[in-house]
Amino acid sequence: MTKRGNELFLQVYGVAVALLVAMAAGSVLILIFGQSPANVYGVLLSKTWGNAHGIGQTLFKSTPLIFTGLSVALAFRAGLFNIGCEGQLLVGSFACALVGSALPMSTPALLAVPLAIAVAGLAGGALGAIPGALRAYTGSHEVINTIMLNFIASAAVLWAGNRFFFVEETTHTAEIVSTAELPSLGISGSALNGSFFLAFACAGLFWVLMDRSRRGFELRAVGLSPLAAENAGIDVRRSIVVAMTLSGAIAGIVGANFVLGYKHYFEEGLGRGMGFMGIAVALLGRNNPIGIIFAALLFGTLSNGGLEVNAFVPKELIEVLQAVIILAVAITSATTQRALAKGGAS
Amino acid sequence: MSDVFGAVFSVYFLAQLVRTAAPYVLAALGGTISERSGVVNIALEGKLLVGAFCCAVGAIESGSATVGALCGILGGMVVGWLYGLAVLRFGADQIVSGVAINLLALGLTRYLLKLFYGSTANSPPAPGFGDSVWRNVLLYVVIGLVLAFQFGFRRTRFGLRLRAVGEHPEACETLGLSVLRIRWMAVLIAGGVAGLGGAWLALDNHAFVANMSGGRGYIALAAVIMGSWRPKYVALACLLFASAEALQVVMQVAKVPVPREFVQSLPYILTMVAMAGLIGRSRAPASLGKPHERG
Amino acid sequence: MSESVPSLADEVVLELAGVSRRFGTNVANDKVDLVVRKGSVHAVVGENGAGKSTLMKIAYGQIRADEGSIRIKGRQMPIAKHNPMKAIELGVGMVHQHFMLVPPLSVAENVVLGREPLKGLVLDLDKAAGELQALSEKYGLHVDPTAIVETLSVGEQQRVEIIKVLWQGCDILILDEPTAVLTPLEVDQLFDVLRGLVAEGVAVVMITHKLDEVVALADDITVMRRGKVVDTLEGQGASVESIAQAMVGRSVLLQVAKAPANPGEDVLVVKALSALGQSGLPALRDVSVTVRAGEIVGVAGVEGNGQSELQECIVGLRKPTSGTVAVNGQDWSGMHVAERYRSGLAHVPEDRHARAIVLDFSIADNLILGRHREFSKGPLIDREARAKEAEARIADVDIRPADASVHAGTMSGGNQQKIVIARELNRPANAILVCAQPTRGVDIGAIELIHKQVIAARDAGLAVLLFSAELAELQSLSDKLIVLYGGEVALRMDAEELAKEGARAKIGAAMTGASASQESA
Repeated sequence: MTKRGNELFLQVYGVAVALLVAMAAGSVLILIFGQSPANVYGVLLSKTWGNAHGIGQTLFKSTPLIFTGLSVALAFRAGLFNIGCEGQLLVGSFACALVGSALPMSTPALLAVPLAIAVAGLAGGALGAIPGALRAYTGSHEVINTIMLNFIASAAVLWAGNRFFFVEETTHTAEIVSTAELPSLGISGSALNGSFFLAFACAGLFWVLMDRSRRGFELRAVGLSPLAAENAGIDVRRSIVVAMTLSGAIAGIVGANFVLGYKHYFEEGLGRGMGFMGIAVALLGRNNPIGIIFAALLFGTLSNGGLEVNAFVPKELIEVLQAVIILAVAITSATTQRALAKGGAS
Repeated sequence: MSDVFGAVFSVYFLAQLVRTAAPYVLAALGGTISERSGVVNIALEGKLLVGAFCCAVGAIESGSATVGALCGILGGMVVGWLYGLAVLRFGADQIVSGVAINLLALGLTRYLLKLFYGSTANSPPAPGFGDSVWRNVLLYVVIGLVLAFQFGFRRTRFGLRLRAVGEHPEACETLGLSVLRIRWMAVLIAGGVAGLGGAWLALDNHAFVANMSGGRGYIALAAVIMGSWRPKYVALACLLFASAEALQVVMQVAKVPVPREFVQSLPYILTMVAMAGLIGRSRAPASLGKPHERG
Repeated sequence: MSESVPSLADEVVLELAGVSRRFGTNVANDKVDLVVRKGSVHAVVGENGAGKSTLMKIAYGQIRADEGSIRIKGRQMPIAKHNPMKAIELGVGMVHQHFMLVPPLSVAENVVLGREPLKGLVLDLDKAAGELQALSEKYGLHVDPTAIVETLSVGEQQRVEIIKVLWQGCDILILDEPTAVLTPLEVDQLFDVLRGLVAEGVAVVMITHKLDEVVALADDITVMRRGKVVDTLEGQGASVESIAQAMVGRSVLLQVAKAPANPGEDVLVVKALSALGQSGLPALRDVSVTVRAGEIVGVAGVEGNGQSELQECIVGLRKPTSGTVAVNGQDWSGMHVAERYRSGLAHVPEDRHARAIVLDFSIADNLILGRHREFSKGPLIDREARAKEAEARIADVDIRPADASVHAGTMSGGNQQKIVIARELNRPANAILVCAQPTRGVDIGAIELIHKQVIAARDAGLAVLLFSAELAELQSLSDKLIVLYGGEVALRMDAEELAKEGARAKIGAAMTGASASQESA
């Protein structure tokens, strides 16, 4: 018990140090811009959590991050690094919009919504399966392959959109049928919509899969020790493909937030950066669904708050803060892990 | 088609090719030296961007392109130092740290752009290259660097130790060599060279533009793999990737019915094929990405 | 041949006194003394885990001692400041068991690494190549300086290591298990080289657990057991038997209470099995062995003579190139690992940390690893069944700490191994047990329990194939024994022969290929 308490303390301590470092770095940047850090941070907090609209927008911005955070975490727990959320959410959203707009107007919502979401997941999953299979069967590393696929997916979507699907003179597709739309939650005009609950459902499923199911047991064994997993009769290669496919599918479902719940069409550039941010969310959330929800809320708060503080300091400050948090968490998690390993050995 | 043919062999095309290839080559050389020492370099994109920004600021403030280029090198080295601090000093995950540094570079350059010049889109015009790329001293610096890397890796003491550390750090440790020191050198040099690549972008463009690296760092990373971590092949891979890009411009003018996006994706597709072992053998340094624990 | 090598002097060149080193709770070296004389071969012998390698790495400065003193050629080295750089400067060179060569570099590049000769700013490899040529001719170490190391055979790579150490100017040469991976011919060549070096005044310190080599070569012998020096002998006049006795110690000669075997039908039948090793070269040639229900067949052999490949072929982790594995008349050839477990396999892998357990899993999860289908309800893990199983097994074999949520990585080797044994011996379909190195890195208390469990499994009717590097363990547990050498069965012994006087020497000879070369001659 004390060992686990110690572990938890070190982890919380690591995150706290990372946040403090980021705030300090942010303060320096705010000061050189001639503003007061207290004021800027105050505005950031009050405009994001101080009123209903702010809360709605913050939760809306957090929603995709829950998905991408879960996506990265799932791969990570199976010992894989998915930097491809960026591309997976792109093809997921695109496919989701295409199916949504191709459905007949009379499609009942009970069919249209699940279908559109499933297609988003399938498309993202298919893109995730490629680096998974390459890793499992040729040994080529998924980090480089997912980076490469981000660019390839972006080019392919752009080409297909321009050539066949975008509404003339625009960079977006036609609107989806109204029955495929996820309802807005109607929080004082914020964009928060039904996909927020979908994200929570995903987090719940993630927990059941990884912590309660037999498949999750196998994926975790593969992630922690592929040799022991192989010896235990677990099909390691198939597990790798499964993990990358599921990871891609979760990233693909991000499309539900933008396409089904907000814009109602696919637009070029949608969700950009959410994939990379997912790495940060997973890292900060320690690959655990509850941690990921909190980390997504933090990063969602920053993203939303960036727009609000723009009157005082450039909103790019927030990007810097987010990056510093990631870097600091990467450092503190490495150092706390080493501290734990040392504690375990003696 | 003959138009395309003519265009490809025109002097204009060659100049275009060289201008496109040079920043790739510089970033990729940085990636090569870092990865040969066993340190992954996802952060090339950030080094290019910071290099470009520092170069623009230096050139604008001093009125000299040379000072700009030096500032670019320095900026890249600072990024390299930060990266080294994270992954060498503290043993942080190399991929996460690289991604973070790329995001940091993107946000910080725009923040500082606004701070210095009141715009988050681009800097005021900066001194840059003359009209002819052939009379550009930096071009010969780039060529010189490729040769120096190629020769240095094989024939100098540092090159030998660099290769050894990337392949078998424990063996180096048993000989009394400091693995971390060699990796620090590699990461700093990588920062400087990639920073110079960024400087090229800014000088070529006569200004800094937000996110002007535009994914070139990742293409350079792909070139490192395509060139199987050997400077001269890495440089050739950069030329290949750049010619795809230059070709795309030419083809567009000539209205050749090949999708632009396909040509753009070629470097990435080729790299994936190469990594899967389908063309030739491309083997990464054995210790790549593994943090070094001193015994 | 040792009498033909005169001792040049009694000058002491390397002296370790009272050296201790702990790793966590494990005491690897406990107040060890070692004295090495100029122009002599000093053998350090002991079983696996006796602390020989740690001691040598301390001498070389690669591992820091907790206490004690190191004296090299009369110079006292502060233990906190000793490092490989200083060791090499003072003339101490080491050839590691796992070679410290950079595979894609050339021989010359590997040799000069860290002490590169320069011509201006450029490496002067030609000069080095010339020096290497001279050295290799002088000592009969034939290597091509321009060859790429990864293309060389193991024996050649070892010559590169030796030449590297000589080129560095070292005259105290430490060799860690130099013959473990060599063919008999290469061993002879190596010994010729070492004799030549000793004649030049070089001091050779050699770690080994092959006693015939010690008798053939050593001037001084230090015997280690469980981190301590238990005996020092003179090479001349020492016999394999006397060293073995010191090495194993009478008290540890394992007394296992064991009823005579009561074997039944043939259960495990391995027929003419051949397989390639990790390097892609043949590692197993035409091996046949049959294990009956209720008997233990031991497999002896020097590491790397096909034992790992034989285990992997039976378990299904490696595809044989020819031959069959059958259990209870059922051909296992096309079956994957999970199916074999379901058809009656139990398996204690030789590399516990890598293969048998997941260090970051809890005791409970490790107890169902590979059996997680048994402990499932639909697609979910049956947590209640898992908790019950953990409770039962922890009580069964006395796993400590008795807390199912503790991570296996924080436990002692003995308790980790108890998890593995308890898990494997409680599989519902058990028919055969492939058990490798069951007591490696395991404390004495756990050894006894593990031995009892293995015998109980036999008495319950399992066909047991036991692999061990500890001859004593094999002798006391096995009902039959085979010796693998060069991937072939070099010797077969039944219970009667095993009990005979001199059985051990015979096995030892077969392990080093002596009987095989006699047969072929």
